[in-house]
Amino acid sequence: MLEIKDLSVRYSSVLALDNVSFTLEPGQWLMLVGPNGAGKSTIVEAIAQGVKYTGEIRFMGKAVDRMDVHSRARAIGVLSQKNSVNYAYTVEEVVALGRYAYKRSFLSSKGQDDEEQIEKALNATGLQAFRRSSVLELSGGELQRVFLAQVFAQDPRILILDEPANHLDLIYQKHIFSLIGEWLKTGGRGVISVVHDLSLAKKYGTAAVLLNNGKAVAKGEIDSCLSREKLEDVYGMDVYGWMREMLSQWTEKPFIDPQ
Amino acid sequence: MRKHREGLSLLAYAAFGLALIMTMLLCVCAGSVPIALENTLKAILYSMTGREAPAGISKTIILNVRLPRVINVSLVGASLSLCGAAMQGLIRNPLADGSTLGVSSGAALGAVIAMAFGFYIPGTTYGGVMLLAMLFAFISLILILSLAYALDHSLSTNTIILIGVIFSMFASSVINLIISFTSDHVKSIAFWMMGSLSGTGYSHARILTIFLALCGGVILLHARELNALAIGEDNARHVGVHVKRVKMVILIAVSVLTGVCVSISGSIGFVGLVMPHMSRMITGPNHKKLLPASMFSGAIFLLFADLIARTLLSPIELQIGLVTSLIGAVAFILVFYRSRRKG
Repeated sequence: MLEIKDLSVRYSSVLALDNVSFTLEPGQWLMLVGPNGAGKSTIVEAIAQGVKYTGEIRFMGKAVDRMDVHSRARAIGVLSQKNSVNYAYTVEEVVALGRYAYKRSFLSSKGQDDEEQIEKALNATGLQAFRRSSVLELSGGELQRVFLAQVFAQDPRILILDEPANHLDLIYQKHIFSLIGEWLKTGGRGVISVVHDLSLAKKYGTAAVLLNNGKAVAKGEIDSCLSREKLEDVYGMDVYGWMREMLSQWTEKPFIDPQ
Repeated sequence: MRKHREGLSLLAYAAFGLALIMTMLLCVCAGSVPIALENTLKAILYSMTGREAPAGISKTIILNVRLPRVINVSLVGASLSLCGAAMQGLIRNPLADGSTLGVSSGAALGAVIAMAFGFYIPGTTYGGVMLLAMLFAFISLILILSLAYALDHSLSTNTIILIGVIFSMFASSVINLIISFTSDHVKSIAFWMMGSLSGTGYSHARILTIFLALCGGVILLHARELNALAIGEDNARHVGVHVKRVKMVILIAVSVLTGVCVSISGSIGFVGLVMPHMSRMITGPNHKKLLPASMFSGAIFLLFADLIARTLLSPIELQIGLVTSLIGAVAFILVFYRSRRKG
């Protein structure tokens, strides 16, 4: 449903993305993986039309940069990692903004389906009780859930996530990822996300693009894409060995009383 | 399914409208020559129905001096406050107001040139000053926006603020240059810079009404987009707001309206900064409520400021900009202190 062909992005003298191509199929959760500066967030920015690029990004065959802003927002929703609000908007007001691209005219207020989508999004994210709270009073994890509810209310076909659970406590991380997993279960939807944590990528991803220095080093089904050799190549270290070593910290050792 | 209006309720509109009309009436009645409310109402009603008012009513003071001034004060107050609210949302900064882009400094420069070099339109006191101020406001708007656009196609917040600051500094230094060469006009220039609406008439009210209806209408119709921008610029783009176009349209509307106000009233500070703040404390940040509430509160605030300017040291009249800055600064500190202590 989303086709990316020969995507290149240049920031003044630096080539941040170099001819990257991949496709997203319905039902897929595609993980963009790679070390810092590999170009993961740049791909997200390019799809969201936040940077100038060369190459093609097509949604259902249509060039995304030629789509009008409203139909693009109905097709592609974006949840970014840096969301901060300066003013005391209520949770409901922020979520309702997700319906912006569906407005009919200057004066029309919210329609029936807008109300329904907002309710659904608030329910799905467990924010019903907070709907009248000011977003300034929420923790980082709760705020990120508000913006997730907003993008759910936006009801796009494709969800693009840039490190959606970055800086969040484990409980919120788990919560956000399982909510997105639920969302993906409805047919005709797809998810692309930038993930730093390779374990999270492996647990939730169905496909991956492994990036290094702006190039797609590997792509395809998640396990083959994140193979031991490829990861070692890209990260310059034995990622598998390190992950296992980390994991071994979590076996329950029998407690031996020193006395 | 529960339905609710997002904007102000009709009751709130009625309350604001009533408060505004009461304040306007009070300001017409009070002054160096106090007038009974009954006489004021009679004079207005009789002239509206085209009849001759009964003798013994100071018709000239009411209809030709105070009423047009009071109308102008409320229009300027509403405009400046609306512009401030829009700018504070647009650039996500509660310290912004209509003058942030620098257009009002451009207007001031035009006014000072007119006063210093004696550019007058025969038959009017301030016609030349107003005309040149408006001309300069439009020229600076075009200059500022094309400069900002050439620098940064996305019109980012930082570019807007930076260009505004630089342009204002440039305009003020040219003003100071002019003042240092034309010492005999210093007093009138200084008074104009402090802002005043004394001596303004219905012709000014007509101009203000037209621009408030046009630019204010544009701003009010963009309440939703302002909400999106106030929540976050990237977020606004993601939900489908045409960020660049919306920003351009609002910046133009705000600057034109501010430019027109400055041309007529001189620089009146603090209304555009403080009144949106106070209104936000009551209505919350949603621009569908905030923008109309700011208009009403700005008008009422400026009416009281003008009343104080006229009556405090009567028969000497203070400049209204002086009063707004004085009240505004104190009120701002009080409100800020209280809200900090609560939060």
